[in-house]
Amino acid sequence: MTEYKSGSRLERVLRSGRFAVTAELNPPDSADPQEVYEAALVLSEVCDGINATDASGAHCHMSSVAICALLTRAGYEPVLQVSCRDRNRIAIQGDLLGAAAMGVRNVLCLTGDDVTVGDQPQARRVFDFDSIQLLRTAKIMRDKGMFLSGRKLTVPPHLFLGAAANPFVPPYDWRPLRLAKKIEAGADFIQTQFCFDVPRFRHFMERVRDLGLHKKVFILVGVGPLRSEKAAEFMRTRVPGVIIPDEIVERLRQTPKERRQAEGKRICIEIIQQVRQIEGVAGVHVMAYRQEELVAEIIHEAGLLPRPMQPGLPEPAERQRRKRTEQSI
Amino acid sequence: MKVGSWLQNHPHLLERLYRATHWLFQRLQPPIARIGYQRADRWLRGSEELLKRAMFDCRMCGQCILHATGMTCPMTCPKNLRNGPCGGVRANGHCEVIPEMKCVWVLAYERSQAMPIYGGEIHHIQPPVNRQLEGSSAWINMLTGEDKNVPAGWVGTSTIPVISQQSPLDSPTH
Repeated sequence: MTEYKSGSRLERVLRSGRFAVTAELNPPDSADPQEVYEAALVLSEVCDGINATDASGAHCHMSSVAICALLTRAGYEPVLQVSCRDRNRIAIQGDLLGAAAMGVRNVLCLTGDDVTVGDQPQARRVFDFDSIQLLRTAKIMRDKGMFLSGRKLTVPPHLFLGAAANPFVPPYDWRPLRLAKKIEAGADFIQTQFCFDVPRFRHFMERVRDLGLHKKVFILVGVGPLRSEKAAEFMRTRVPGVIIPDEIVERLRQTPKERRQAEGKRICIEIIQQVRQIEGVAGVHVMAYRQEELVAEIIHEAGLLPRPMQPGLPEPAERQRRKRTEQSI
Repeated sequence: MKVGSWLQNHPHLLERLYRATHWLFQRLQPPIARIGYQRADRWLRGSEELLKRAMFDCRMCGQCILHATGMTCPMTCPKNLRNGPCGGVRANGHCEVIPEMKCVWVLAYERSQAMPIYGGEIHHIQPPVNRQLEGSSAWINMLTGEDKNVPAGWVGTSTIPVISQQSPLDSPTH
């Protein structure tokens, strides 16, 4: 019998051997939760876990803990992203416990983009933890039932722990070994940074398989659509860790302006289909930078629907699904 | 800083120097203990800071793991990472935060490859930094064992005994 760390929908899909799909929800700059509910409605039908980002790019939005609070109360399954940039160990451990109490069952542990890449570079950077210490601490809370100080938890959090991997930046040789360190620290699943360089990713996965790591952790490949060659230039210069090969930028530049968005979507779908063939890849993580409406289309056109283990869809999403089924009859 | 950079670019020489200094301090432990660790710390930390700053751009964190990071100080990383690089390294191997600077961990890894004695320690899991040791002498903390003092709940090894006594590291294969 399979032992679950948290029994979340994402974990159950991965452990059943099926190809998993997660997607990012772009948090709003608004005190109104409506935008969150609208995005979740679409995403819940097309993915197994919805990532609530934590001030990614060091730009503040509605916090990831708050997004998770909104999603869990409506019955959705979020992945809480925790960055080490803004909070110290005391705050982070409190957040993990609180998130679990709200029903969050997936956590992604990240180092975090530096304050200088955001629009408030004057802020103090915290980095009390790095991502590996954060992972280990979350694992200690879950498996030892205590805080880092040794103080016992009455009820430990049941969390499926994730970490990020970026095989596309130096030092390339070290990246598979760094993955091994994250697994040892406590990672159950991985979501990679955007993959636009499939050959490099294939090479990385060869090393991962040599080390047997693909059997110890579930690897979801980060993918996303590029709206235009300008968007590609923006991402490769302004978003830390995003590497886009010149061929892809050129391909977009050569496409007539009105077809660029569709071409960007097609490139994303091609990448999904390519990485799906690589042994050791357990799923994809779709990130649509300012193009959330495309996420559902991409997942559908890449042939990844319907998502398994759908019984138990949250009420609003279930109603929507039934309405669509009725309309199509 | 010139001597420092030259030395850092000869990591095997540097790790032998580290090992000799480590040995020396351990031999000097009885007289240091007689002087008193606190007093020794006050006397030492000034010169330790000057010397290590010239050689490694030391930031006096008080819990030196230089031998485990390719003799490259991890506190010079703007994010103070102790376990390896973040995912924001630029394509040219430079830092996400300081574009003119080569990533500390890119250097650390290169150098540890040339360190037969301590090179493998770069793969160890390093515990969270104890901010209370900032500014104190790392050598004295090594003698007192203070730098090995980790939070009571911290587990550094790969297996953590789970509460329900199950096998701790599930293989996800089905």
